[in-house]
Amino acid sequence: MNYLKFFALLFICLTGQAQQCDYTLSGKVIDFHDGSNLIGAVLSVESQQVYAETDLDGNYSLQGLCAGKTVITVTHPECDVKTFTIEISKDLTRDFKLEHHTEELNQVTVKGEKYRAETTSGAEESLKTETLENFSGGSLGDALKEVSGVSSLNTGSTVVKPIIQGLHSSRVLIINNGTRMADQEWGVEHAPNLDINTAANVTVVKGAGALRYGGDAVGGVIVTDPAVAPVKDTLFGRTIFGAMSNGRGTSMTSSLTKAYKSGFHFTGQGTLKYFGDREAPDYVLSNTGNREQDFSVSVGLNKFTYGFEAYYSYYHANIGILRASHIGSVGDLVTAINAAIPNYVRPFTSTIDPPRQDVSHQLAKINVFKRFENAGKLDLTYSFQLNNRQEYDIRRGDDRDKPSLDLELTTHTINGNFEWNSNPDFTANFGAEGMYQVNFPDPDTGVRRLIPDYTMYTAAGYATVDYNLSENLVFDAGARYDYINIDAKKYYQTSRWEERGYDADFGNIVRQRLDNQLYTTPEFQYNNLSATLGAKYTFSDYLTGRVNLSSASRAPNPAELFSDGLHHSAAVIELGDLRLDKEQSYKASVSLDGSVGDFSFGLNPFYNKIDNFIILEPDAIEQTTRGAFPVYEYRQVNARLYGIDVNAKYRFDEHFDLDGDFSYVNGQDLTRNRALIDMPAPNWTNTLTYTNTKLNNLTLGIRSQSVFKQTRYPDNDFTVPVLQDNGETINQTVQISHPPAGYNLFHFNSSIDFKVAQHSNLTLGFYVDNILDTSFREYLNRQRYYVDDLGRNFRIQLKFNY
Amino acid sequence: MSSCSNDDIPAIVNQEEVITTMNVTLTGPSGDIVTLKSYDSDGDGPNAPVVTVSGPLTANTIYSGDIELLNQTVFPAENITLEIEEEAHEHQFFFAKSDALNTSFAYADTEADYISGSDSVDPVGIAFTLSTAEASSGTISITLIHEPSKEATGVASGDIINAAGETDFVATFPVTVE
Repeated sequence: MNYLKFFALLFICLTGQAQQCDYTLSGKVIDFHDGSNLIGAVLSVESQQVYAETDLDGNYSLQGLCAGKTVITVTHPECDVKTFTIEISKDLTRDFKLEHHTEELNQVTVKGEKYRAETTSGAEESLKTETLENFSGGSLGDALKEVSGVSSLNTGSTVVKPIIQGLHSSRVLIINNGTRMADQEWGVEHAPNLDINTAANVTVVKGAGALRYGGDAVGGVIVTDPAVAPVKDTLFGRTIFGAMSNGRGTSMTSSLTKAYKSGFHFTGQGTLKYFGDREAPDYVLSNTGNREQDFSVSVGLNKFTYGFEAYYSYYHANIGILRASHIGSVGDLVTAINAAIPNYVRPFTSTIDPPRQDVSHQLAKINVFKRFENAGKLDLTYSFQLNNRQEYDIRRGDDRDKPSLDLELTTHTINGNFEWNSNPDFTANFGAEGMYQVNFPDPDTGVRRLIPDYTMYTAAGYATVDYNLSENLVFDAGARYDYINIDAKKYYQTSRWEERGYDADFGNIVRQRLDNQLYTTPEFQYNNLSATLGAKYTFSDYLTGRVNLSSASRAPNPAELFSDGLHHSAAVIELGDLRLDKEQSYKASVSLDGSVGDFSFGLNPFYNKIDNFIILEPDAIEQTTRGAFPVYEYRQVNARLYGIDVNAKYRFDEHFDLDGDFSYVNGQDLTRNRALIDMPAPNWTNTLTYTNTKLNNLTLGIRSQSVFKQTRYPDNDFTVPVLQDNGETINQTVQISHPPAGYNLFHFNSSIDFKVAQHSNLTLGFYVDNILDTSFREYLNRQRYYVDDLGRNFRIQLKFNY
Repeated sequence: MSSCSNDDIPAIVNQEEVITTMNVTLTGPSGDIVTLKSYDSDGDGPNAPVVTVSGPLTANTIYSGDIELLNQTVFPAENITLEIEEEAHEHQFFFAKSDALNTSFAYADTEADYISGSDSVDPVGIAFTLSTAEASSGTISITLIHEPSKEATGVASGDIINAAGETDFVATFPVTVE
């Protein structure tokens, strides 16, 4: 508006003042269609700068109007704008009617899942909080057995490692809140160092489909996620207290979260466990107590378009190892295998003596994310892990309180992922990862290092895509490249170096030749390529099918390369091989999930071929000053695994349902045409549950767990000269290969909820494991040579949600 | 060569608990000495123990025996026998012979000999007696058990069957009685 007009208007206004300008126009603004009052309608007389808004009853009042023709504009959010012209000569009342259109939203089904699936076409299963809470006093490995196709490799009842469709340890990656766990997982007696109570959701991906986390997940990936804090002002928490009769111990975990509408959230969580010796039906399993102290804190900001999270967790466990499994010679092993009861049984105690493991794991991470409009989401994470593992053996003299193994593993990881998701039919993920790791075995132990000093760094890049070909068909594909470099510093006994014949292939890594040891610097590089391709077809609302083909590449781990020496407590000499190559695995898996009325099912057959599969088995005998020992060597074979996981659920009525799980794995060593070692036996579990939501959510369940005898196993029995008690030395066959008999266990579970305050409730759970106190031995429990497995266990659990 | 080594060479570990050598000295009443030696140069490494027996034993004689244990992976050699003496209550040697050999053993020491203030009569076996009968030949084996159950049946008189514990060292010697 130019100055002329402005002054003109001003003039008019000023002249207007001379007019009568104190008239009032009032009335209501109502909906044309249904006569309802329109609140918040705005009426304006632009020319006179007079405005009014309707109140809660739809009334308005325009005041200070001048006489004459007046144009009034009425607007309302859900209405078309309308103008009215009125002649003002005195105070008037006038109602205005507006056309009110409701913005009609088309039927939108918003399906939200707090935790997204990790792959589209891979076989995966999740465990939710309710299931995980049942295992609050146990370990992650215990909870994972609820997933069909997952069994466990145990060393006693406290060291539980998950086996996914026949594969475990370095072949199964564990992702803890977005960070890949670096906790010496190569060890068969090393349980995952993670507090199960930090996880609100655990997803098991069977196979290498989840390329984002690693290219070497030949067995699969286990992803644990903490609870997602809501974006609202709230304070809530949970405390679980449990007590168990077998172990006569208790565990307690508590967590508290404070969240704000602004997106800020803080969570603090802690766990304490205290257990004494466990018991088999007929005797005490001496020295199997354990303690655990963990805590974690996180603070973060979650604004939809950006945010960050800082997380720190501390895990510490002191785990007693069955005293009777600590043998000094192969003669002891023969005696143990042939004896009905263990050679060392003492009355119950909660003291933990050597042999024992003392492990601590610290994880600190910081993650930032930002969403870009019409593009996607960028995630950047840096994490730091410090793992300290000390293993205490039975030692003599001044060394008795010193660990025999003291490893400190420091890992720095940095990764970034960009998810391109602006196109609803096409999602892509691109990412890169770098990792730097240092292993320090403390020489103060006075025992030759089982694993040497080494530095490892890796760099990786990956891309995955998901493409919706049609409403029912989704394709996914991905590829990943990993570069791995290991620099180690290792001492070899000269006699061992020569026995292995390393001078020919590795003479150039010898740096110093000392009295009876050599100092060497082995260096390895690996270039690993992994890929996945799959599809998901939704036949109907009741049937979904998935197919996935994946290929993964795994470099040998430090134990496989560098092991060299007498494993005291197991009375075996384990030898690694510097000549080992990386493993290359090819897997095809099909999953079918569906339901027919009250019956729902899942089928997952798979076929897995692994070239250069690394296994450890007895090969020869060596004489030492402690007697003769079997030598277990790491070697590579071409292997083939196939199997099927089946689960079926039938809902009888609103109260009763029956849940069945069956899994089978067939592993074959193709190179030597015999069965693969340590394959889980076929197992079948059935659970009958009664639920009554009207009776305080009373739940009663009874479960039958059947494990068949493993008939497919390699014959690795060996003959060794054993000094008899009478002084004679005779050759005895050590029958280490034979799996124990199959077994059937019954378990009971029950829970009931009580409301204690407005926002709090208490859940009381009562469980009995192994109701009939059945004696059994499990093929995958390395202590099966010495003792029976756990006897009956009564557990109570109090869970308080507030 | 050592000057071109990498920065931070890790410290070498010479295992302290390795027992490479057992020297058994058998002294006859007239001063004649027969030694039994088992030497494994790399302890728990691939080299097998090398057993040497200096000569035959005389029939119908009582020899007083003495055991010495050494760790010869380090120089000077570490005398492990001293450690056994310090922990006499946690160690015991067991002696056995093959059926054809006509010998018998008896302990010649007790824990009290090594631990001041102890009045225990449980044997250790660092000192023992070996009595030979008629001419024969066979093997003698000596086993050192760590943390044996000395109170179990027969253990204190030299029967290893109920001893439990762990084998710290074992050696078998071919012996002739003439």
